[in-house]
Amino acid sequence: MAHLDDLIASDIHAYLKAQEDKSFLRFITCGSVDDGKSTLIGRLLYDSKLIYEDQLASIEKDSKKSGTQGDKIDLALLVDGLAAEREQGITIDVAYRFFSTDKRKFIVADTPGHVQYTRNMATGASTADVAVLLIDARYGVQEQTRRHAYIVSLLGVKHVVVAINKMDLNGFDQSVFNDIELDFREFSKDLGFTDISCIPMSALDGDNVTIRSENSGWYKGRTLLEYLEDVDVDAATFDSPFRLPVQWVNRPNLDFRGFSGTVASGTIEVGDEIIVIPSGKRSTVKEIVTFGGNLDIAREDMAITLTLTDEIDISRGDIICKATSPAEQADQFQAHILWMSEKEMFPGRQYLLKTTNKTVPASISNLKHRVDINDFSEVAAKTLGLNEVGVTTLSLTAPVAYDPYVDNRNTGNFILIDRQSNETVGVGMFDYALRRASNVVWQELDVNKTARAEQKNQKPALLWFTGLSGSGKSTIANLVEKRLLDLGRHTYTLDGDNVRHGLNRDLGFTKEDRVENVRRIGEVAKLMVDAGLITMASFISPYKAERQLARGLLEEGEFVEVFVNTPLEVAEKRDVKGLYAKARAGEIKNFTGIDSEYQAPENPEIEIDTTKMSADEAAEMIVKYLNDNGLLSAYDV
Amino acid sequence: MTLISDFLKRTEALSISSGQSLSTISRKILNDGKGLARLKEGGQCTLKTLEEATTKLDALEAELSGEIKLRMTHLDRLEAEAIHIMREVAAQCENPVMLYSVGKDSSVMLHLAEKAFYPSRPPFPLMHVDTTWKFKEMIAFRDRRAKEVGMELIVHINEDGVRDGVGPFTHGSAVHTDIMKTQGLKQALDKYKFDAAFGGARRDEEKSRAKERIFSFRSENHRWDAKNQRPELWNIYNTRVKKGESMRVFPISNWTELDIWQYIYKEKIQIPDLYLSKKRPVVEKDGVLILVDDDRMPIEEGDVVEEKMVRFRTLGCYPLTGAVESEADTLPDVIQEMLLTTTSERQGRVIDSDAGASMEQKKEEGYF
Repeated sequence: MAHLDDLIASDIHAYLKAQEDKSFLRFITCGSVDDGKSTLIGRLLYDSKLIYEDQLASIEKDSKKSGTQGDKIDLALLVDGLAAEREQGITIDVAYRFFSTDKRKFIVADTPGHVQYTRNMATGASTADVAVLLIDARYGVQEQTRRHAYIVSLLGVKHVVVAINKMDLNGFDQSVFNDIELDFREFSKDLGFTDISCIPMSALDGDNVTIRSENSGWYKGRTLLEYLEDVDVDAATFDSPFRLPVQWVNRPNLDFRGFSGTVASGTIEVGDEIIVIPSGKRSTVKEIVTFGGNLDIAREDMAITLTLTDEIDISRGDIICKATSPAEQADQFQAHILWMSEKEMFPGRQYLLKTTNKTVPASISNLKHRVDINDFSEVAAKTLGLNEVGVTTLSLTAPVAYDPYVDNRNTGNFILIDRQSNETVGVGMFDYALRRASNVVWQELDVNKTARAEQKNQKPALLWFTGLSGSGKSTIANLVEKRLLDLGRHTYTLDGDNVRHGLNRDLGFTKEDRVENVRRIGEVAKLMVDAGLITMASFISPYKAERQLARGLLEEGEFVEVFVNTPLEVAEKRDVKGLYAKARAGEIKNFTGIDSEYQAPENPEIEIDTTKMSADEAAEMIVKYLNDNGLLSAYDV
Repeated sequence: MTLISDFLKRTEALSISSGQSLSTISRKILNDGKGLARLKEGGQCTLKTLEEATTKLDALEAELSGEIKLRMTHLDRLEAEAIHIMREVAAQCENPVMLYSVGKDSSVMLHLAEKAFYPSRPPFPLMHVDTTWKFKEMIAFRDRRAKEVGMELIVHINEDGVRDGVGPFTHGSAVHTDIMKTQGLKQALDKYKFDAAFGGARRDEEKSRAKERIFSFRSENHRWDAKNQRPELWNIYNTRVKKGESMRVFPISNWTELDIWQYIYKEKIQIPDLYLSKKRPVVEKDGVLILVDDDRMPIEEGDVVEEKMVRFRTLGCYPLTGAVESEADTLPDVIQEMLLTTTSERQGRVIDSDAGASMEQKKEEGYF
């Protein structure tokens, strides 16, 4: 591997240091057998001095045997791998080749050009940032050129080099070059390439591959290798929304819970607020853990482990996003599909759909049309055969987090697996969701309140306990909940303790804050009722209007107002928490009943006079009310 | 004049640290890709041009220092890819194992596994198919490393081969390798019912490997079908197998030999001392220097055991692994020698010296 670098012999340490800083580029070469594709790659390997003498001796021997290039070394032999294709003289799969210069390491996907190998080209293109499209200068833009350009554009390659090859056969005629360049730019203008560079070339002789050709004095642009060394494919990615598809939950012991994965796009810093899709749970990044030490920032393509400040449930299949730009989720899509199997696609059959980190059963509900990959036209079709591309609608049995493929190549892609044979039969790219289930909070679900309540064998309701401080609301509410629990009902109690310290800890006791306090409680209680629970809310809630507001959020019959009627003098006399004393002393402002009014309910569903009955009797009375009004019976009975 | 030379020095430093070519930098700060080259050759420019260019250079340098934490070198990317693959196996396969052959590639694999699952231990065992003819040092190194990393180590020996007295001196390299290595591996995979086995093969090693998938499907009989491989797009891997079938998984497929050495150097990864030169007793057999590792080595008439400064470029069964004479006794020296040699790594391995596509045949038969 004789890199001709003087540093190797003179200062190996300096050489190693310099080599450590190399960047990295993956590209694909597309062209058909006769365009000289393998020769071009062979040329890159040969000119970057990455061929061992024994390898060279072996291909010199083979060159004479196969005899396609006369006395010249057949550089294509360096590249063609499998025995079968060496005999047929064609490349039948994707071969990955490696070479490097002082600046970059390159991985070349070498793929065949025939229409029957479209799937192989798509495979190579899927990980490439740059595509080198070969055109034989004698024939110009051909049907296959359009096909190759379409496939690399379908797979999201943005940077294209058009290598106009075999220019030696026309004496490096500039007008031939210009005509082909114009043709190419014209037909490819809708393919979404961000940059197109055309280079006149002779791979056989090496013109403009690694060394500027003296035969094309009119060409002022870069050689192919200069282009490949310089092209910046990284820049845009840092501004993309952050996505971490969770691959593996890292749980070495009870004290550590991390979420491992490769960053699919964007950047993340310690302290960033995150949201988990599809669950919608939020937290904050506590650490970015790696074996080499914690990082304060991580970027696309890094394999990291995140820990969060909150214990929330996250598993493989979830995508962690920055809270400011969550991914979408859906279970029905329009998608482009490239069929990879000899067994044709069947709309309606169930396949396994695997995204970057989640596998769900899915079926192709409709094939809208096939795309003719030679002229990009839409063709009516009932099925897709091997190497065919179609626009389809997909129906998944569970929602997945995703981004449209045009926005994100790492979270917009999927493969389809045959459930019987386990073969990968197709690959696809999400275009958009058909049903707008993308908003985390307002999902339209088939599972609804009725279904949830039925599952619990009850009717959901909200018991709203109102009354002065110290009137006994929470005591009674707790007793009611205990009885309901004994009866096998599913319940929850909201009170000052669990709401004021969390959800509403930003609120004080001014009138405005009291109104907002009750509004939020009403909304939360509504969600709990929607979840099918018998919910108890125990708050002073002094204003009629707000209690009315809460009532309005629920359906008829679901809101049960319980007025715990304890006269002020009785409550103040009990003063369980010593609050009245403080309020009288002026230590607490805006205390209901003292310097803030309480508006007693006029027509509560239940009124409890605590001067006449005990808390237990009150609880008994409430449960009886629920039973009498059918709220404890099964939903449809 | 010093103004210009200082300026040029800064642009060169920026070129090295940013990975951008001088012509790119030249275009960015002088609006002319060849401007810097002209200045370097003694060309002149006005002070005003130089001032403007210096301002742009300041900005480029500032941009770089912000980006430095976000830069990924080629080794960073190869590492991230390998970690992704290992995690995918851990998350998707029921009973994975990491094949451990004690060589430098295995050392890199083990290091990557530690990184991938940190702070957890890698959630699979190591397995070594021991042909009973490995260098003694390799075995000691293997046992020590497994203990240090805290992973379970499974050692499998083909007892049928041992019973029949199979060895390289008596049966020849081909039969020995087939029985003790290929058959031994199949036995072990069947015995423990592993559904995924990590291997350290690289695509640059041999032409037919260049086309093998990272997740390489094997039939119930451990056969590889070159023409019927699963498409592998993006980083989505189809890991599904039926009972009895399995995957061979190659996380360092895209690494080259130089990448391996650079990574060992950069990460200070432990490798067996056999890779470094020192005085060792060797005897020359058919033009190949063989280490006298134990008394099973037949010393025939005319054989001379000599102490020579030798090291090994690959590690396998000691009778099948030729030593090279070398003074390289540190890692950088070894890398230096490797870079300056002109023959490929596998040439020393007896198994490859058959017909052109021999590895492909062997792989179809189940050789790793």
